[in-house]
Amino acid sequence: MSNKELEPLQDPGLPAHAHRKADHDEAAANRAERQVAILFLLSALGTVLFIYSYIFIENNIYIYIPILGNQHAQQLFLGLGFAIALFFIGAGAVHWAKTLMSDTEVIAERHEMRSSDEDRAALIATVKEEVGAVGLGRRSLIKRSLALSLGLVGISPLLLLRDLGPLPGDVLNQTTWAEGVHLVTDPGNRRLRPEDLEVGAVAHVLPEIEDPEHRSLNSIAKDALLLIRIRPEEFRLDAERLSWTYQGIIAFSKICSHMGCAVALYEQTTKHLLCPCHQSTFDVPTGAKVIFGPSARPLPQLAIKVDDAGYLVAAAPFNQAVGPSFWERKK
Amino acid sequence: MKPARERIAGSVANFVDERTGAAKFLKKSLNKVFPDHWSFMLGEIALYSFIILLLSGTFLTFWYVPSQEELIYEGSYVPLKGVKMSAAYSSTLDISFDVRGGMLMRQIHHWAALLFLAAMVAHMMRVFFTGAFRKPREMNWILGVALITLGIVEGFLGYSLPDDLLSGTGIRIAQAILQAIPLIGTYAAFFAFGGEFPGLDFIPRIYTVHVLLLPGIMLGLITVHLMLVWYQKHTQYPGPGRTEKNVVGYPLLPVYMAKAGGFLFIVFGVTAFLGAVASINPIWVFGPYTPTQISAGSQPDWYMGWLDGLVRMAPPIETYFFGKTISWNILIPGLIVPGIMFTGLALWPFIEAWATGDKREHNLLDRPRNTPTRTAVGAMAITFTIVALINGGNDIIATHFSLTINQIMWATRISIFVLPPLAYVITKRICLALQRADRDLVLHGRETGRLVMLPHGEFVEIHEELSPQEAFTRTSHEQLAPIPVAAIDANGVRPKGVLKDRIRARISKGILQEQIAKPTAKEKLELGGGHH
Ligand code: HEM
Ligand code: FES
Repeated sequence: MSNKELEPLQDPGLPAHAHRKADHDEAAANRAERQVAILFLLSALGTVLFIYSYIFIENNIYIYIPILGNQHAQQLFLGLGFAIALFFIGAGAVHWAKTLMSDTEVIAERHEMRSSDEDRAALIATVKEEVGAVGLGRRSLIKRSLALSLGLVGISPLLLLRDLGPLPGDVLNQTTWAEGVHLVTDPGNRRLRPEDLEVGAVAHVLPEIEDPEHRSLNSIAKDALLLIRIRPEEFRLDAERLSWTYQGIIAFSKICSHMGCAVALYEQTTKHLLCPCHQSTFDVPTGAKVIFGPSARPLPQLAIKVDDAGYLVAAAPFNQAVGPSFWERKK
Repeated sequence: MKPARERIAGSVANFVDERTGAAKFLKKSLNKVFPDHWSFMLGEIALYSFIILLLSGTFLTFWYVPSQEELIYEGSYVPLKGVKMSAAYSSTLDISFDVRGGMLMRQIHHWAALLFLAAMVAHMMRVFFTGAFRKPREMNWILGVALITLGIVEGFLGYSLPDDLLSGTGIRIAQAILQAIPLIGTYAAFFAFGGEFPGLDFIPRIYTVHVLLLPGIMLGLITVHLMLVWYQKHTQYPGPGRTEKNVVGYPLLPVYMAKAGGFLFIVFGVTAFLGAVASINPIWVFGPYTPTQISAGSQPDWYMGWLDGLVRMAPPIETYFFGKTISWNILIPGLIVPGIMFTGLALWPFIEAWATGDKREHNLLDRPRNTPTRTAVGAMAITFTIVALINGGNDIIATHFSLTINQIMWATRISIFVLPPLAYVITKRICLALQRADRDLVLHGRETGRLVMLPHGEFVEIHEELSPQEAFTRTSHEQLAPIPVAAIDANGVRPKGVLKDRIRARISKGILQEQIAKPTAKEKLELGGGHH
């Protein structure tokens, strides 16, 4: 339905200007002036508080404030002073504008953004003329070689970024774990015997290296393990996976197979591992199968055994890459 | 003789003008008229918080050390004394505990960042729901979408800088998203991190991006954004005396300048107050980052929370074809859905112009009720984002309301499909009801609650007629007709591109047909005085 032929209500025009008190009453105007001055002076007081706090309040004083709790006195009063100093300059300026500055609304005309037809035509003519003078249309050799070099010159800055990092190679598939590498506690770097872990317990584990003081975060981010002990008969694993466990102890990568957070929570009663990042939940007896959340894969399991001295060691490297997926990852 | 002050000012002005001809430009500019409305302050708040970010951020750079080299903490925060940590984390602790006012500045910087993004989002909603993005302002809309996108990235990089346990976890997730990109992901991640995660290069690199590259780009975009506002003149709400061809408001000097300048100080004062009393991002509680630990209940800042919520509710799907792995559980919530959302947002002005066939310039704003479809689409998008955001905090909600994560996850997985369309339908109904209410008000006046007895004993309520100004405000909007379907000509031949035209006609009908006809002058006249 079109309303074109139906006449709309008429525009009554801009309403009459309503004068404020201060516009015609000298006393009201003076009062407003005093109010603005008081606001500005409050700001000055704020700066005084700021300076006082900076110089005279010691760095180690804490005071108790209801609701806020214990507060660092220096930072609190610095902040309050600063806030007062800034806020009241603004409040003063706005009050000034509202009470004393001219408040008559004015009307300005708009013009359509589009240029006039003559201007447009003139522009096109100029461009045509100038482009014609350059003669690109005729000199196609120049045109093509210029396009080629412009296209190629863009490659250089991209190439320069090449040294941002090494190529991935095979490193994502590798960890420190290999046959015979001892499992040590994190923190503490102590070797572990199966007896150290009761049924129901969980241990956070890293591979033993020569200089544990300087373990790099890169290797920690791939090596970290969770060691969990349940009763051996509770496992529901195939024979091969079962042979990777030792007397009910099973080792999983602690790096979430979703996006790499630390899978740090173990619920003893349900035997579930939980990643707090997006709540992927892994079921320990079935080999860390995903039973909830966005992760699409179980946590990789590391085969373990004990060495001659009775310490837990890796029986083999991980059989797959740990951590989040990537394009080249083997299934 | 003029007083000295005036003479000096005069000769300075003369010096500048003779070299630049600035007087002509300034004379025109100072006469610029700015319409006044509270909702026009939202963009201002965004601008002012950006300025606060530049100032407070520069202060932080004087002490912050962008390095992942490990050292032993020796500062004055006792619980972490002797702990191994990165120089970045240690220097952020120093700013917090050993630099006077450093904690205040950190907190101001972080509050200003939250305010910056909140103000941008609110500003964008104002522009969207009032149709301020329509021709000729589409370019400014796109600049706005770019600014919000950069703002989100900038904020994320900012809270990654302290290298505490929480921010390190955020970086880990960002790395996993990068690594999940098909074909180039592994390479992209290795280039960004200088090798494997976490490496030693990432924080120094994002530091440069955070303090130089992105602020520089944003400053440029903001400048163009404001120049366009200036040049195209501000839109205004409809009302008596306001037309498509004029601007009604206050001149730049002095009122507008005083109010805007004052407002900058007010916003700065409010952020300083928050920085003084409201603790934010207490990094010393989280501890330094290490890949084997995590703080339970990890939460990103709110402007990232919706993304996190999408990631959490994603189905656990990963495919393996021809020896290559694709992580849909990361790609869909992390890149594809946000990509669609932001592209749709950026293109909206063009989509709407195409669907309504309205290609004219618009300087008068819409009242949201008069464009029910647009308003409903907006409500739908907001609902979607809020459901995602809620799921981003599902662990916190679970503990507060003693629900299980499972319940919340399934509730949001279902809601994200059901609630947005529901919001669409409800919003559309509400808009139409409001249009009807406007029509009634204009025709029959406002209910006063006073009853009078008519001579024959019936009671009626007295209705007070709207002022002509109010009535005009409620009726001055246009009601466009849907685009007609291209007719099949006499020979039964369909014109070219008819299917596209048909679809478009159909959409435009859906958008434009459902309107409550606004009262016309004739109808109003016929009803007379307003009481009946
Ligand atoms: C434009 C928008 C900006 C946003 C949204 C933003 C956001 C953030 C956030 C959320 C933090 C974390 C603060 C914390 O809680 O510890 C941060 C840290 C930091 N920002 Fe910014 N920032 C912005 C601009 C800047 C600028 C322009 C600079 C410097 C010129 C800067 C310098 C820093 C520094 C040095 C830190 C680390 C120190 C610390 O965390 O205490 N930022 N930024
Ligand atoms: S990283 Fe573990 S669930 Fe996402």
